[in-house]
Amino acid sequence: MTGRRRAADLLVLLALALWAAPFFWQLRTSFTPDVDLLSPGRLWATPPTLVHYRVVLERSPLPAALGNSLGVGALTTLLAAALGVPAAYALARFPVPGRRALLLAIVASTAFPQIATVSPLYLLLRALELRDTWTGLVLADTSFALPLVVWLLAGFIREIPVEIEEAARLDGAGPAALLRWIVLPLLAPGLASAALLAFLGAWNEFLFASAFTATEASRTVPVALALFPGVFEVPWGDIAAASILASLPPIAIVVGLQRWLVRGVTAGALRD
Amino acid sequence: MTARRRRGGGAVALLLGPALAALALLGALPALWVVWLSLQQRVPIFGIERFVGLAHYTFLAGDARFWNAARVTLVFAAASVGLALVLGVAAALALHRQRVGRRLALSLLLLAWALPGVVTARLFEWLYHPSAGLVNVLLAGRALNWLGDPALALPALVAADVWRTMPFVALLAYARLLTIPAEVWEAARVDGARGLGLLTGVTLPLLRPVLLIALLFRTLDALRAFDLMFVLTGGGPAGTTETLTVYAYRSLFSTLQLGFGSAIGVVVFALVMLVARVYLGALRRDGIAA
Repeated sequence: MTGRRRAADLLVLLALALWAAPFFWQLRTSFTPDVDLLSPGRLWATPPTLVHYRVVLERSPLPAALGNSLGVGALTTLLAAALGVPAAYALARFPVPGRRALLLAIVASTAFPQIATVSPLYLLLRALELRDTWTGLVLADTSFALPLVVWLLAGFIREIPVEIEEAARLDGAGPAALLRWIVLPLLAPGLASAALLAFLGAWNEFLFASAFTATEASRTVPVALALFPGVFEVPWGDIAAASILASLPPIAIVVGLQRWLVRGVTAGALRD
Repeated sequence: MTARRRRGGGAVALLLGPALAALALLGALPALWVVWLSLQQRVPIFGIERFVGLAHYTFLAGDARFWNAARVTLVFAAASVGLALVLGVAAALALHRQRVGRRLALSLLLLAWALPGVVTARLFEWLYHPSAGLVNVLLAGRALNWLGDPALALPALVAADVWRTMPFVALLAYARLLTIPAEVWEAARVDGARGLGLLTGVTLPLLRPVLLIALLFRTLDALRAFDLMFVLTGGGPAGTTETLTVYAYRSLFSTLQLGFGSAIGVVVFALVMLVARVYLGALRRDGIAA
């Protein structure tokens, strides 16, 4: 019985590894010399090479794009958290007038299609002279990161027992002190979940980045990868290496910070 | 008491104000502005800017390219969401039985979901390569042109989308399964339920609420999808994978017709909100959403 159990467990792992195979195939491609890439018969026989990574890191726009993506992702996350934590606290704990309508509007705005808001945001960023800048892209990405963060955090705060705050309030603590010294420490895991999702959203975002960036000054990784240069033929090995580098933060989150990621995704969807 | 309430009101304004101002500027304003834009003809490079009323919409009503894009969008969404739902439930059931290596299993599962859409597009572009792609190699060296054949491009695109979205459905269903006490199945087994009967009689009804929510999220995402088709097929061949989002983006940023492109964006917006309303109605009938 235990033997059969173990075999079933292994089978599931094998099936999931097979599901992830397109990624592992790209990983292998990124280490395969060009001469072997287009001759499928020899795909398993070659010794690995680092040449594609060298090309991508030394002679492509990807390093600049990685820097832009890290910067834009981090700043979007920070801005969404800085604005979102106090707002979520107010919505969870204070008798805000029109609270239900506000929450509904916030949920609805997470469903806004980017293709509908991209043209007004384009005109807005043009008027503010923020096209092709980090600031412009951070503002655009905040349009989807902020409602997500507020929605998630309002739920996480409601899960914290209110009695602790009431005791501190009787001792004379004001709303800001309560938020800073009582709520925030208890909210840390939830905040980590929300921040991860905000960062992942900004890191993966393509439509806004494609519309609002023009040069290496602000072009993010998805745009650089979509525009990856090939002179005479498609450089499949280089593209594979660039894909792997673009995937590193999402992989780090899935493998290293899985618990917080899973909590964020399921909390956002399974809450009443 | 009144003094405290007033202070409370001030605190609420301070806490909530900045976020609401940002949401108004970056969410509500663009949502209204795009409707206004869609009533204008705006071609910035020629300095054209004039009010045309519903002209873009009446043009769209007779525009074959628009109706093709609408059909592609709906077929893509239905196929992708349906397959992701079925495979996601299967994956969740398998994961739920898992005793060892759950963390590894979840890592393998969530990998496809967490990657940027452009990476997914590049991955599948290479897998679908006519001569050297793994798909054709595994099909015994056939030379199918997956992304160039009008009959194959949309199915190939759907497969790539299912690959990256199934894990989301699986995760939600799996999380729900974890909250159901084992006694529920044991009791059903005592009553004589087995195999398929256990699945359709006990497990699926328990999963119904979470699957409705997964259906809502997935449908909204599929209707809004853009990066995968834009990079993988660019809408081709012969428009067979051109969704409304791709048509809108091309109108906005390739031919620079801000008003006309906005009108297509408004159609996507209306479609998404309509679907959200229908689903929320169903959820409410189920007593899930208040």
